[in-house]
Amino acid sequence: METAYQFKEVMSKPERLAPGHRMCAGCGGTITVRAVLRALHEEDKAVIGNATGCLEVSSFMYPYTAYEDSYIHNAFENAGATLSGVETAYRVLKKKGKIQDTYKFITFGGDGGTYDIGLQSLSGAMERGHDMVYVCYDNGAYMNTGTQRSSATPQFADTTTTPAGKVSSGKVQVRKDLAAIMAEHHIPYVGQTTFTSNFKDIHTKAEKAIYTPGAAFLNVLSPCPRGWGYDTSELMNICKLAVDTCYWPMFEVVDGQWKLTYEPKKKLPIEDFLRPQKRFSHLFKAGNEDLIGQFQMEVDKRWEELCKKCQ
Amino acid sequence: MAIRERLSGNEAVAYAIKQINPDVMPAFPITPSTEIPQYVATYIANGEIDTEFIHVESEHSAMSATIGASAAGARALTATSSCGMALMWEELYVAASDRLPIVLALVNRALTGPININADHSDSMGARDSGWIQIYAESNQEVYDNFLQAFPIAEHPDVHLPVMICQDGFITSHGVENILLVEDEKVKEFVGEYHPEHFLLNNKEPMAVGPYAVSNYYMETKRAQREAMKNAKKVILEMADKFEKLTGRKYSFFEEYKMEDAEYAVVIIGSAAGTCKAAIDHIRETTGKKVGLVKIRVFRPFPEEELAEALKDMKAIAVMDRSEMFSATSGPLGAEVRAALYQAKSNAEVVNYFYGLGGRDITVEDFQQVYANLEVMAETHEVKGMYDYIGLREK
Amino acid sequence: MKSIDINEKSPWQDITEGNKIFESATSRNFCTGEWRTATPEFHIEKCKQCLLCAPVCPDSSIPVKDGKRGEFDYDHCKGCGICAKVCPFGAITMREGK
Repeated sequence: METAYQFKEVMSKPERLAPGHRMCAGCGGTITVRAVLRALHEEDKAVIGNATGCLEVSSFMYPYTAYEDSYIHNAFENAGATLSGVETAYRVLKKKGKIQDTYKFITFGGDGGTYDIGLQSLSGAMERGHDMVYVCYDNGAYMNTGTQRSSATPQFADTTTTPAGKVSSGKVQVRKDLAAIMAEHHIPYVGQTTFTSNFKDIHTKAEKAIYTPGAAFLNVLSPCPRGWGYDTSELMNICKLAVDTCYWPMFEVVDGQWKLTYEPKKKLPIEDFLRPQKRFSHLFKAGNEDLIGQFQMEVDKRWEELCKKCQ
Repeated sequence: MAIRERLSGNEAVAYAIKQINPDVMPAFPITPSTEIPQYVATYIANGEIDTEFIHVESEHSAMSATIGASAAGARALTATSSCGMALMWEELYVAASDRLPIVLALVNRALTGPININADHSDSMGARDSGWIQIYAESNQEVYDNFLQAFPIAEHPDVHLPVMICQDGFITSHGVENILLVEDEKVKEFVGEYHPEHFLLNNKEPMAVGPYAVSNYYMETKRAQREAMKNAKKVILEMADKFEKLTGRKYSFFEEYKMEDAEYAVVIIGSAAGTCKAAIDHIRETTGKKVGLVKIRVFRPFPEEELAEALKDMKAIAVMDRSEMFSATSGPLGAEVRAALYQAKSNAEVVNYFYGLGGRDITVEDFQQVYANLEVMAETHEVKGMYDYIGLREK
Repeated sequence: MKSIDINEKSPWQDITEGNKIFESATSRNFCTGEWRTATPEFHIEKCKQCLLCAPVCPDSSIPVKDGKRGEFDYDHCKGCGICAKVCPFGAITMREGK
């Protein structure tokens, strides 16, 4: 199933996400969508699902759809259930001989629509084992409504509902580990990734997720320049720092087997990831060193746990 | 030859589903509609139908998956009651706005607060503005017949709207009655194969569903949706005609019982109409008083002009609501019937009664009292308040 | 009704049923290039066709054909500058303005 990654060939495939959508300049969300859709084999058709969020309101603003493929948006919390319905219809119509083509089913949701309000619907879809991929483009907050805190928001992030203030250091809680929760559904494929220079990691995982029969989940760190507070052009540096500090480890869980797909040669201190982002700027004020220390401890703890699982 | 059977309302709906053999049914258990998915699951388990069942984890997901399946090009349906439908609320609007021909078997049950599992119409009445066609039944026979007509109405190219087939929880859903079933081949012919023009899995053209529509488009979208609801009136009557030719059973927007010469009328929805009919027969037999009934079958689209025409010359009318809407005045049916009569410049005295909330019984004697009250109102031209209660304990 | 004929002056009768669109990629008709405050410039002579710029574009505005990138799609490029930052050869530079 897995074919060797031919970067130039992959990049020469016809584009399945058209320009003209209204996502912000420098948005990580559409980079995720493009990367995942590139993993579709050209001869296969697809139905793309979408939870309400930035991506939805920007990529299908009537009468402009940015998708080459069929597309369905239903609501915020039900991308999993909606695509379950589409995929089930496909199976029954195929069985009845009403359709012949091969279709693949991929749905996108932001972290708000996935970690929070859509978690139940996602869990149901994964547990039932629909042959579909749920892709979370995780930018760590409710960006569509203006950067409110979600359960994917990292600790201490300054969001509009966890503002850093005189007596507040931003978000109190640590982030939810959704990829692990999905792995515990015992589905055949779970992957966590982000953008690397030639996009091999995300491409390979997307292809596995799409072409592994059954339910698959892909968690993609998709930086948001507006919500995180960095210059749009810095996106790839931010991604690199996220993986090299082990804030965002890249791994996959295939049939219950955990495997790291990237190990930094030298694990960088978490400050390197936090410093370029305005949402963490309060952590660098004098007297807040212990907060960065706390952040580091959390990253270290999770990295160690992950490494154990991946042994 | 029609098949004679004895079935509960839930069994009758499940049997209709079996005969229709739809493509996808996502459903979640809730009393008193649970039996419907149970029966369907049994048909599937025994290889009697091709339907794919989706064991969703909530009613919100049930309607979400039904929407996905319908948009994909499948004939899709679900069943629910009460809080189950309340949880679907958001999705009811999406189904209608996406113009998907979904059918929902609703077994009416009181909405929670406090929890109660018995019949009233607060669930479907709350959804009356969601853009769904709503068809109600008095008996098991009616709910079966309505269900057979649901997909042909929903899928008609002039309509493309979801349809809710409603019946009263326990009273018809669990009550076993004699019923005439239509033969399988005739059902297949009546309902027909489903061939949508546009669908997600169409290899000839992709389809995009569910956009963000800014103010420049939203209002026109809603106006187009209204047109479909207006068209549904014509299509509902067409299907009723076709159905009558098939079975001899006659349906319309509402049933008029002993209305030819009536002076006093009750307007009601659902199973309590049967009790009212018994009261009418008794009153006419014993006193000769001219009492009648209008039993509403189609509440959405609302047959405003037709209702006004049927009622405008009454001396007094009691509109009976089996749900509250907490306007501190009329209930939903009361308010809409009054509005229809006002427009028709009727001089009838109108009172609105709340009855049967949370499954409270209503008896033949209760209806006799209603008609007695109407007589007094007609004589005195005095209606005490906009609304009153039947069967409420009061100090 | 084709999406190209639907606009903010369309009467309700011309709005597609249920707001569904029966075409693909109609967003191409919407020009987001207007948004740019900075513009990437492609210096083909410096380009080694490594294509690292192509996947990082959020706006599918770096067309690739047969392993080679072409000129920017200025109708849609929003000028975020990610491509210029990842180019190892200085083949993309940003200038102020549209």
